Amino acid sequence: MKTFSLGGIHPHDNKLSARKPFKVVALPDVAIFPLEQHIGAPAKPIVAVGDKVLAGQMIAEAGGFVSAPVHSSVSGTVQKIATFTDGWGFDKMAIHIKVEGSEWVENIQANSELRTECNLSSEEIIKKIADAGIVGLGGACFPTQVKLMPPKDMSVDTLIINAVECEPYLTHNHQLMLEKPAEVLMGVRILMQALNIKKAIIGIEANKMDAVELLKGELIKEKGECQHKVSAKNTSVTESVDVLLTDREKVPEVNVVPLKLKYPQGGEKQLIEALTGRKVPNGGIPAAVGCVVQNVGTAFAVYEAVQLNKPLVEVMMTVTGPSVTNPGNFIVRIGTPIEKVLEMAGGIPADTGKIIGGGPMMGKTYSHTNHPVSKRSSGLLLLPNDMAAPLEEKNCIRCGKCVQNCPMGLAPYLLATQGEMALWDDMEQEQVANCIECGCCTFTCPSNRPLLDYIRYGKQTVMANIRARASK
Amino acid sequence: MNIIVTSLVVLGSIAIIAAVILFLVARKFAVYEDPLIDQVAEVLPGANCGGCGYAGCRAFAENCVKTGKLERDYCPVGGTDVMKRVAALLGVEAQASEPKVAVLLCNGSSACRPKLTTYTGVKKCSIAHTTYAGETGCKFGCIGFGDCQVACAFDALHIDPTTGLPVIDEDKCTACGACTKACPKLLLQLRKKGPKGRKVYVACKSQDKGAIAKKACANACIGCSKCVKECPFEAITVTNNVAYIDDTKCRLCRKCVAVCPTGAIHAVNFPVKKDENV
Repeated sequence: MKTFSLGGIHPHDNKLSARKPFKVVALPDVAIFPLEQHIGAPAKPIVAVGDKVLAGQMIAEAGGFVSAPVHSSVSGTVQKIATFTDGWGFDKMAIHIKVEGSEWVENIQANSELRTECNLSSEEIIKKIADAGIVGLGGACFPTQVKLMPPKDMSVDTLIINAVECEPYLTHNHQLMLEKPAEVLMGVRILMQALNIKKAIIGIEANKMDAVELLKGELIKEKGECQHKVSAKNTSVTESVDVLLTDREKVPEVNVVPLKLKYPQGGEKQLIEALTGRKVPNGGIPAAVGCVVQNVGTAFAVYEAVQLNKPLVEVMMTVTGPSVTNPGNFIVRIGTPIEKVLEMAGGIPADTGKIIGGGPMMGKTYSHTNHPVSKRSSGLLLLPNDMAAPLEEKNCIRCGKCVQNCPMGLAPYLLATQGEMALWDDMEQEQVANCIECGCCTFTCPSNRPLLDYIRYGKQTVMANIRARASK
Repeated sequence: MNIIVTSLVVLGSIAIIAAVILFLVARKFAVYEDPLIDQVAEVLPGANCGGCGYAGCRAFAENCVKTGKLERDYCPVGGTDVMKRVAALLGVEAQASEPKVAVLLCNGSSACRPKLTTYTGVKKCSIAHTTYAGETGCKFGCIGFGDCQVACAFDALHIDPTTGLPVIDEDKCTACGACTKACPKLLLQLRKKGPKGRKVYVACKSQDKGAIAKKACANACIGCSKCVKECPFEAITVTNNVAYIDDTKCRLCRKCVAVCPTGAIHAVNFPVKKDENV
């Protein structure tokens, strides 16, 4: 099975909530919509206090080219446009809506069945995606429409769908593929249509073979192929699909490729290398090697936006942890307080030491639970006290494990020391800007050194220095 | 005997030739450096703290001599005395500046500001600040890991283990401003030292509304404006729920200190009043 070549680690995947059907979280009393749910300029509110809004109505427009609008996920009255305290204690602007129900805007078919017809042009699709406020749901929240318009001098030939879900504990992408395979594939088709390309690869890690088989089966069904061919030859589904799909030159070709389990396979550059063997140049974007990477959740959101006119108002989340009563997958309206989501999973266990937003490797610990779900939310991981306690930090023994495991080929022990001593110029020379903050170095360090903390801070400082130099 | 004479002649002539070459080369490639630079650098404290905005004392001296002016340059460490001597060397008027000192604009000691969470990452304010707002309910307050203490080159700043806040030694503080740059919450500021070190200032930067600020910290400025009404010199203004005392207008009467309900206004270096002494 394929995987990327450089570094990487093998944490236990702990998929406690795997194959648990999605549960829908009930509407809250007050929904809070932060204006900064994406990378780029914050959205600008276009509603006033006292306005009545419907579910799916745009309440804040994009604040620039790299920005995304915000839509209400509920129907109700705008209570106030004021600050709220985000998950890390900082004040951020948001629109607060008193919830009255879930009445959708007229042209949204919120719960209709699969629609496979799509005759829109590339520009029309991109416009629909931009208007629906879709951002990359893999965690970075980069506005999707920007990624679909690669620079003119780069020709893109492959769409890569990231369904790797390499973070331990998280399972909502897996569950999405199990429950909505046809919708996901339709979303992939639409993305290919938007990019005007004929090739897509869906990368899935080997701990989700049922999703691989299901998507491949779905592809056969779509092509109208007879299932008996498979059974007659008595070969596995995997092999025959590859045979069937490669002769097809006229229709867009979608491949589902299982990948060997290795973290951080979901990293953009790692995934491109694993699936195509191409290496993104130093400091370059995926389009430089002809690839565009989108998360599988984004593909589904694109399907909903283009086919059902439904903007991004719901996110899928995993709520999990070793001592959580009912770990599971949830569909949550944006703006719902995370307390409500935690309630659905059986509340916060008494021994909880940390509540992490996202997975254990790249997630960030919340300092309180009184804040809303946003486009950024992908999971809630509740770690018990013994797992959350910090380990005793010791001196670096120069074992080189971090260098061996760094998927970007950096020297984390050196960067961390430079960061500790504030040697920003040296860090820049050591290519700290290439760090993807995956945390492999900290995970693997036998001396429990907080390598990533120093490197991340150094990277922020170096990037600020580079920007300051550029603007001079 | 012969050997001695020969070697003397040979070595002597080499020495003379070399001396002539060196003399000519030194003449040809001589770099003129104003002797004033050395003299000015001599007068400066030589701490290379960067408080003046230059890379070090020598860079400061070079710039002074080059421009021949002292309008923008001031050595906060040396103060007016040193600047007078520099001015005398340059033959210009000395720039008089009020001596300054760093003050801490937070009085949320660990006793009055309960911890709600525990930070387990790297114990550095700069890194903790990028992670989240802080261990207590106040997002404006001191983090207490002592980035300022590390930044201080004059040993004038120490974290008090009981309060968790930095304490400034005003005798050692040279107002170089290194700590003001090190604090990610911008809680250290350079203020006028005041006559005999006396000054009145609001030791809080919480922009939260009164109730929230008070809940997070018993010593927070709640923006109640009592001090504004009390001040006879109109030196106090309240913006964003936090009071600010303009030290150009303040006459150190300390009436505001008495009315502040939370004790957020600090008066330092005043003699103890007799009736309080009992």
